[in-house]
Amino acid sequence: MAGQTLFEKIWNQHVVASPDGEATILYIDLHLVHEVTSPQAFDGLRLNGRRVRRPDRTLATADHNVPTDPITTPVNDPVSRRQLEALEENCHEFGITVFPRGHENQGIVHIIGPELGVTQPGMTIVCGDSHTSTHGAFGALAFGIGTSEVEHVLATQTLPQQKAKTMAVTVNGKAPRGVSAKDIVLAIVGRLGTGGGAGHVIEYRGEAITDLSMEGRMTVCNMSIEAGARAGLIAVDDTTIAYLRGRPSVPEGDAFDERALHWRSFTSDEDAVFDAEIVLEASEIVPYVTWGTNPAQVVALDGVVPSPDQFEDPDERNSTERSLAYMGLTPGEPIRSIPVDVVFIGSCTNSRIEDLRAAAAVAQGHLVAAGVRALVVPGSHRVKRQAEEEGLDQIFLAAGFEWREPGCSMCLGMNPDQLGAGQRSASTSNRNFEGRQGRGGRTHLVSPVVAAATAVLGHFASPEDVGA
Amino acid sequence: MKPVRVIEGRAVPLERSDVDTDQIIPSDWLKRVERTGFGRGLFSEWRDDPGFILNDQRYVGANILVAGPRFGTGSSREHAVWALMDYGFAAIVAPSFGDIFRNNSSKQGLVIVHLAQEDVDELTRIVKEDSTRLVLIDVDQMVVEVPETDWQRSFALDPLIRERLLNGWDDIGLTMRREASITAYEARSDAPTLEGVFDDAGHVVAH
Repeated sequence: MAGQTLFEKIWNQHVVASPDGEATILYIDLHLVHEVTSPQAFDGLRLNGRRVRRPDRTLATADHNVPTDPITTPVNDPVSRRQLEALEENCHEFGITVFPRGHENQGIVHIIGPELGVTQPGMTIVCGDSHTSTHGAFGALAFGIGTSEVEHVLATQTLPQQKAKTMAVTVNGKAPRGVSAKDIVLAIVGRLGTGGGAGHVIEYRGEAITDLSMEGRMTVCNMSIEAGARAGLIAVDDTTIAYLRGRPSVPEGDAFDERALHWRSFTSDEDAVFDAEIVLEASEIVPYVTWGTNPAQVVALDGVVPSPDQFEDPDERNSTERSLAYMGLTPGEPIRSIPVDVVFIGSCTNSRIEDLRAAAAVAQGHLVAAGVRALVVPGSHRVKRQAEEEGLDQIFLAAGFEWREPGCSMCLGMNPDQLGAGQRSASTSNRNFEGRQGRGGRTHLVSPVVAAATAVLGHFASPEDVGA
Repeated sequence: MKPVRVIEGRAVPLERSDVDTDQIIPSDWLKRVERTGFGRGLFSEWRDDPGFILNDQRYVGANILVAGPRFGTGSSREHAVWALMDYGFAAIVAPSFGDIFRNNSSKQGLVIVHLAQEDVDELTRIVKEDSTRLVLIDVDQMVVEVPETDWQRSFALDPLIRERLLNGWDDIGLTMRREASITAYEARSDAPTLEGVFDDAGHVVAH
């Protein structure tokens, strides 16, 4: 019998029941909750007289709606305010730990799970947010769910699930200098397309992946959904264990070592067979910028805006034309010549301490270009405090960046941080969909270092271009 | 959820691929705490355009949406399904769908009809040529057809989803039939919990 993949190991350990002809009932170890996809779920519980089965496996934070102005400023949007209040009220009513706006542990749900050590290897983790795949960096099976499923997990701590297929994405060799985790995942999404991972759980492997820090691995797993995959996984190794040691919700001393030994079992067996497999060579990966309106529309920073004529498939040609019209771009235009209005460094993809360090190193000693608004939005209060201890806030402020309070912010513009119509951004977030960052806004996805260099020069640029 | 057996109505051809859930319902609509009223936000970025197909008087009142490949990719927002249903759609026909969207649809009784690209193209042509054509989707038989023509195609439905649609079953109720198994699982699982990690105010309790 062939060995098991990491996915199969976690799956098998969480099967509650697999009745004939019905979906498997999968146990959920950790349910993360935020204000946007939960109010209707809590309402459903109330309507049916149901309780939360395991408040001790449920953790909530405010993130999508929170303004990133100083926390003393009120939430001016009454609809956002109501939603934030509803989260607190619901959590208190049902006995769930919640981090409201301004709380020392508050932040983007996919930042706080890992930094608190709540995210651990081998777990099943769900959240009403498609970027839940982030937690897969720890060898946990983590995926996004809809509001009905949120209600289902609150009530039963399980989910009926059809088993996904497995896909190995191997990135061989060492990533060249200047290539970040973001570029690696943009290369993967570009290769797979927005639907290439559909129905699959991806396991990322190979030297370029295992060389990454946990922050980098989270960036890669985060964007699994952009290739259509249900989840992304990376096997547990020394890097995983070292990150977890000392986190608030992991044990200490001998108990930690005992846990760590268990965690180390969360790797795919050597003879495990995947349903699909793709291989990339790290040496071919370069810094990327998205040019279109889906995250698979990537081009090298050194390249030019593509032409619809490059595509054989009429559907793709059409969608390219539509994307270019929306983005206001001309085929053949060098990417470096495109000016930007806004630079956003933040989101569950790239707002961790390492991202901020990398961006600050590029920005240090420079000034944001005239006419460009540059925002840095740390992923959580913990990230923000650490960055301030390291003096990163002062580097950003001296260079003319805004240093803001944590939240999802301009990644999806549910709070006041939005693009205006026709405004162009270089953004470290995960989606360049039409209107994602504000109605009529034009989003280009980039890594934190490219974002910082772009802020300084006012057009897409690499750290080398600013002499960093 | 209400049982769904047969959907009969007119169909509107969207003719767009990669319609992500941000296009279906933009994020400003996600701030609501209610479950209803999202129809007004459906495709709201496109609704201002008089040329947009939903603004075409000939298709007003259609309850079947015919879309391009990769419909409903992106964000997990179930609001996309609520918006489509609140607007009046009962079924979506497309060559492929986002996984989470497909799942969310099944929870609400929005019928997902997955056909080959050429079949979707044919259906699009039929309803473009004559917007008054009735289209019939039979969930029980898993067939979509245009009555009074010989156009008829079968589609696949997960047997469980089909059962649920036909009976209007609630997922939580179905799962709670297995409560004894859940309790037994919990007794043998040693996965850590948040017990004792945070105090009542959410601060980390010192070890």
